[in-house]
Amino acid sequence: MARLIINGTPRDIEVDPDTPLLWVIREQIGLTGTKYGCGVAACGACTIHIDGVATRSCALPVSAVEPDQQITTIEGLSPDSSHPVQQAWLALDVPQCGYCQAGMIMAAAGLLMQNPNPADEDINAEITNICRCGTYNRVRAAIKLAAKAGEATQRG
Amino acid sequence: MNAIISISRRSFIIGVASTAGGLSLGFNVPFIKPALAEGSETAPEINAWVVIRPDDTVVIRIARSEMGQGTLTGLAQLVAEELNCDWSKVTTEYPSPAQNLARDRVWGNFSTGGSRGIRESHEYVRIGGAVAREMLIAAAAAEWGVPASECTARMGMVTHAASDRATFYGQLAAAAARMTPPANVTLKDPKDWTIAGKPLPRLDTADKLNGSQVYGTDLKLPNMLNAAIRACPYFGGKVESFDAAAVAGMPGVRTVVQVDETAVAVVADTWWRAKTALDALPIVWDEGPNRQVTSASIAAMLEEGLGANDAFIGARQGDAGTALSAAGRTVTATYAYPYQNHATMEPMNATALYTPERCEVWVPTQNGEASLAAAAEAAGLPVQQCEVHKIHLGGGFGRRGNFQDYVRQAVSIAKQVPGTPVKLMWSREEDMLHGAYHPTTRCRLTGALDADGNLTALHMRISGQSILAAVRPEGMQNGMDPVVFQGLVLSGTEGTLGYTVDNLLVDHAMRNPPIPPGFWRGVNLNQNALYVECFMDELAHAAGVDPLAFRRKLMAKHPKHLAVLEAVAERIGWDNPPAAGVHRGLAQIMGFGSYVAAAAEVSVTDGQLRIHRIVAATDPGHVVNPAQVERQVEGSFVYGLSACIYGECTVNGGRMEQENFDSYEVLRMAEMPDVETIILPSGGFWGGVGEPTIAVAAPAVLNAIFAATGKRIRTLPLKNHDLA
Repeated sequence: MARLIINGTPRDIEVDPDTPLLWVIREQIGLTGTKYGCGVAACGACTIHIDGVATRSCALPVSAVEPDQQITTIEGLSPDSSHPVQQAWLALDVPQCGYCQAGMIMAAAGLLMQNPNPADEDINAEITNICRCGTYNRVRAAIKLAAKAGEATQRG
Repeated sequence: MNAIISISRRSFIIGVASTAGGLSLGFNVPFIKPALAEGSETAPEINAWVVIRPDDTVVIRIARSEMGQGTLTGLAQLVAEELNCDWSKVTTEYPSPAQNLARDRVWGNFSTGGSRGIRESHEYVRIGGAVAREMLIAAAAAEWGVPASECTARMGMVTHAASDRATFYGQLAAAAARMTPPANVTLKDPKDWTIAGKPLPRLDTADKLNGSQVYGTDLKLPNMLNAAIRACPYFGGKVESFDAAAVAGMPGVRTVVQVDETAVAVVADTWWRAKTALDALPIVWDEGPNRQVTSASIAAMLEEGLGANDAFIGARQGDAGTALSAAGRTVTATYAYPYQNHATMEPMNATALYTPERCEVWVPTQNGEASLAAAAEAAGLPVQQCEVHKIHLGGGFGRRGNFQDYVRQAVSIAKQVPGTPVKLMWSREEDMLHGAYHPTTRCRLTGALDADGNLTALHMRISGQSILAAVRPEGMQNGMDPVVFQGLVLSGTEGTLGYTVDNLLVDHAMRNPPIPPGFWRGVNLNQNALYVECFMDELAHAAGVDPLAFRRKLMAKHPKHLAVLEAVAERIGWDNPPAAGVHRGLAQIMGFGSYVAAAAEVSVTDGQLRIHRIVAATDPGHVVNPAQVERQVEGSFVYGLSACIYGECTVNGGRMEQENFDSYEVLRMAEMPDVETIILPSGGFWGGVGEPTIAVAAPAVLNAIFAATGKRIRTLPLKNHDLA
């Protein structure tokens, strides 16, 4: 039995402690927005937040998560796609096939929480998710747009 | 690909021929709602392409598959343009492959590959929209008792100005559906377009921002089980034995099954438990006949072909052999292109539900009809008792079209647990080990230069693998694979060589290693552009002529090829020196019906390559959505540069060595250059967009690397080379 707080809701789950958090989220909680891409934390499709920190969930055993840690998935980033990153993604029409995009959005939101105004080098260092369709340049532009929107919110 | 599927696919092609003359309209076959499409069964179907709901929502049917390339939005724009509807009320749905068969293939070809989604169907989908518009006008005119010619349709509304009456499409739909479709409609001139031709946002973005887009891997069905699979990693090998009892008691495991001769699957309540048990399952492989095959043995096989006497001729002009032997000065170089994996982000998957009477499959597929044929064959049921539900793809790139191995496997597994839906998903490792790989070829090029540095003769000898021979033998022409010569032929509309060389020979020594090849985004244009465009650079250098000037002299009879090349040269500032330490390269090719070119700016510092900037140009004839074209071009450089820098699957002991993204690296954000796209639609033809610009990525960059370092890189990927 494991207790997890996912998108603000505590969940008690019967699970083998070695199960990667990704599969608990997808198959036991039933939230499938977080994707499997590699299983070795190389591609970032499985990125979620743990206490606000972008984390790859596919190689993280569920037993490594403390019962009081806050897990946020793409479904919980905002109730209505209104998070500044999601809004920037919409404004620039970022996704192509979209499969990697939940991970991209979570990685970008995590970056902006740590660094509200990231330079290109910061984006390069932190956003190492793989996209095969080729959305990288729009991802970069959308992160900058979201950063600007965040600045405006803070000022306003 | 086995015989039964080929026969099924041929019968589909016959079906196309019988309806190719025009749209079938006014059917009596009830429309069956696809499981994942929005419900439209209660709303009137005006024709196969258009359903209009009472609330004025316009449902446009899209036969091609959306895999990120934006074809869904583009095709909807084309229908909506002729329909004169309100774009803000447009939604889409996929008709199913079985419906297509039942309705005499009213939606035409479902296959989504070869950059054909729009260029092959633009006319009939526009006719579909125009016919529906005329039926709506006729319905309004009949209701009002006025001549249809006095009514106009605009923004989802029919108006009769003389009597000051107007009504919305939603109110007319039921009556319009009963109207006789007009025999002829006139399509709009693209210059009058207001919906098509515009950079409209994609229709499928919202669900991709919050996790609500359901991919094949996300599918949930009542009582569904999950399967993890392992196929024999040795090409040509099979299962010898496995010890199901060893894992039968593991948590969640329901059954362990053999899948055809080649694979074993564990079926469990969750995929993770299935995979965990599979990892623990003792399997003995019959390693088959190819254990001695290595990348080196394949290279030797291809190397032999470079000098072989017999070869299929793809292009011939004058007498290259004689001209080369008589030439005062020749230049020779040999290039090589490796195996590469598609590596779609969403691994291969399919969900199947089998009963002795019926088989249903839910699958992200580039070709729903090929999926249906595979399902029927694997189920052993008539195709009429099978159905395929298409799902948006998490990437396709050619892996999910011709090859339906995952569908056959899913059905084979589901057959062993009848009545229960089973979702089969491959691990990334399975995906890497069982690709339909970009074929490997080599090319020896020999060119003759006269005293003035003009190219007087050129022989390109390609040696290597044929895709068609392995996967679509019906496309072979007397033993020759014509697709090998993409971009290098002298006539046709698909991809001609952009240079006039008086004495030219392009030939192919087919050498087929026992590695399964496939159509990989860009297909053979990728290596052909690399060969011809890097060698042009070599020839220009040998002649002491600027690479752009050298090409221009050969391109007088190829104005469209030249126009895109000139466009990128101008934009990158070819005539002015680049910034200190920055160097430039050029490339152009024609493929998939479009003319494309690229210019690259790179620097190499202490052996470290940095690609600063790419300028790309494309002339696809017509443009349906310039924003999507721009994204396809930009994305094609991610794909093309991934291939250029990292892409390589190596063979050892008869199997692939790379198993995941840690050993099969791809381009990431930090390495992504700026890409500027120039769209130059010259009209008069329809070319493809998704693939052609991939092919100019590597040669433009390699030519720039030569300019920077003096090193001529002739084998991909770059990661194997020291640029210091």
